[in-house]
Amino acid sequence: MSLYSWGNYPRIENRVIRYTGERGLAETISKNSQMIPYGNGRSYGDSALGDTILHMRNHDLFISFDDQTGLLRCKSGVLLSEILDVFVPRGWFLKITPGTKLITIGGAIASDVHGKNHHVEGCFSECVLSFRIMTADGDIINCSREENADMFHATCGGMGLTGVILEADIYLKKINSKNIVQTTVKTSDLKATFDAFSEYKHMPYSVAWIDCLAKGSKLGRCLLMAGDFADDGDLTPNADRKKDIPFNFPSFSLNNLSVSAFNTLYYAKGKNGVAKVDYDQFFYPLDAINNWNRIYGRNGFTQYQFILPLDASYEGLEKILKKIADSGKGSFLAVLKLYGKANENWLSFPMEGYSLALDFKIEHGLFDLLYKLDRIVLDYGGRIYLTKDVRVPEKTFEQGYPMIDKFRELREQTGMNRKFSSLQSRRVNI
Amino acid sequence: MSYILILGAKSDMAKAVARVYASHGYDLYLACRNTAELDEQIKDIDVRYSRKAVPVEMDITATETHAAIYGALDPKPEGVISVVGYLGDQKTAEKDFSEADRIMRTNYAGPVSMLNLAANDMESRKSGFIIGISSVAGDRGRKSNYIYGSAKAGFSEYLSGLRNRLFTAGVHVMTVKPGFVDTKMTAGMDLPKKLTAQPSEVAEDIYSAWSKGKNVIYTKKRWRLIMLIIRHIPEFMFKKTSI
Repeated sequence: MSLYSWGNYPRIENRVIRYTGERGLAETISKNSQMIPYGNGRSYGDSALGDTILHMRNHDLFISFDDQTGLLRCKSGVLLSEILDVFVPRGWFLKITPGTKLITIGGAIASDVHGKNHHVEGCFSECVLSFRIMTADGDIINCSREENADMFHATCGGMGLTGVILEADIYLKKINSKNIVQTTVKTSDLKATFDAFSEYKHMPYSVAWIDCLAKGSKLGRCLLMAGDFADDGDLTPNADRKKDIPFNFPSFSLNNLSVSAFNTLYYAKGKNGVAKVDYDQFFYPLDAINNWNRIYGRNGFTQYQFILPLDASYEGLEKILKKIADSGKGSFLAVLKLYGKANENWLSFPMEGYSLALDFKIEHGLFDLLYKLDRIVLDYGGRIYLTKDVRVPEKTFEQGYPMIDKFRELREQTGMNRKFSSLQSRRVNI
Repeated sequence: MSYILILGAKSDMAKAVARVYASHGYDLYLACRNTAELDEQIKDIDVRYSRKAVPVEMDITATETHAAIYGALDPKPEGVISVVGYLGDQKTAEKDFSEADRIMRTNYAGPVSMLNLAANDMESRKSGFIIGISSVAGDRGRKSNYIYGSAKAGFSEYLSGLRNRLFTAGVHVMTVKPGFVDTKMTAGMDLPKKLTAQPSEVAEDIYSAWSKGKNVIYTKKRWRLIMLIIRHIPEFMFKKTSI
């Protein structure tokens, strides 16, 4: 049974080796090459795809929790959703969470994921005190900012290319409600969108859905959602609202017309105002629909996510949004966000500025458009997010990541490059 | 709080079943061999659900030890779930009876021995429940795994009789027939994705069917139809197939 990534593209045959214990893993590593750890398969592209996949999802035990400090120790296959199920009723939440809770702790570290509070709290690594990782020679080492610091900074954001993360110590944060008080702001163009982001910068969580097919004076119009946890003491578990997409949609069902109609309606439906919603509705709206990736059809999809430095963001985004609107290759999932400062990890994606993420179904002509967008991103000093990527060329990638040679050097010195690689790492030569 | 006794506690499916019952507030007796290997799982149940999980050293094939093991449980479990399963190797079992014997003892004789004890206890106290994890392989013998399949068939029929016997005592007996499940047992097999369940799905199915008082369930559900068809293929045709 071959494993795919969330984008269902590319579909390649692979050999899956399931985690059965430390000894078994050490043996697997010594006998094989070109392996890549795989968590819950939610990275979009080919970050966790390769010929030999180390399937870590079942390595999912909780080890300990300190309810004084909020420090949780668990194995790397634990899902964020499991942590929430267990700890929200006790008044704890993830310090940093991306837009899906269906990822493993190992994956969260390897992608150094971020969320709606990046401008305040930074990336996932900010809540990581330390982790244990099995290296290319089968040893298990402890990594923190003090101990094996290079390995720590290479592994957080290192896309699983430095070894197999086995367990981690992460801090949770105290909450007094499972609910979020959410303010929605509807803006009419890009300028107003930027103004709204600055105005709501003090809010711990903010993100905008942007209508990427709007043109002319409407270019850059959005619905900005900002919020913070309520203080109402309600910690009851959320109702299960799961819906299912039972099969792949035919790939013609998503086209310029249907996406444009959706975007227009969604924008029109959005209302200014304040509302109380639970954390699932606020952070994980798409998790409520099982297999939502199937709406893009059998050929799969990709997400294009880039970030531009703050001072170049407006100009760059204007250019890119124009290109996309003109191309007619719209996506209904287009997310804009203002980020805080970059961290010290070697390959982490965020930097201070604006990031835009767009879903596109895989179709003829898409990659040509994306190569054009790449050029604009680089011209303005930006970079591309590997966790979403399935096609970025080596030169484009490395120009955005100044620490890349350090990463390559570490891989070479420690023999990681012979043991661990993905389709993606081979493409961008890391 | 009341206890659930899980037989064959080390498997992936047992781990998932244990979690679901612990999440609904039950404490657990986890019975298997080499219980020292359960330490991490016991801690996990404590951190996740603040429930107790007590290791119980048990060899399912050592039937002469079972009475003492069950007798020592205090308090007695409210429910017993047999998740014991040993697929074995069909080819070896054809040539070497000791492998066939092990498959039959693990999948049939052993669980029967433990469940007899539980059944007698529950019948006399007029409460409790028993869940047996059998297999779709027991619905029709096929050349690829009929030693395992016949042991599971025996186990399914045992559960059917037990259900009939314990009905008047108010003790519920449920038979679970999983199709393909993505576990250590099936690692390396090329299983069709649409017919293969995750252990956590099986565990959720078990819990929800048990709460509704179901008698026999298939998981995934579509296996009921598949097995209905397979059971109805006439023997003169079936013997020529290789499914």
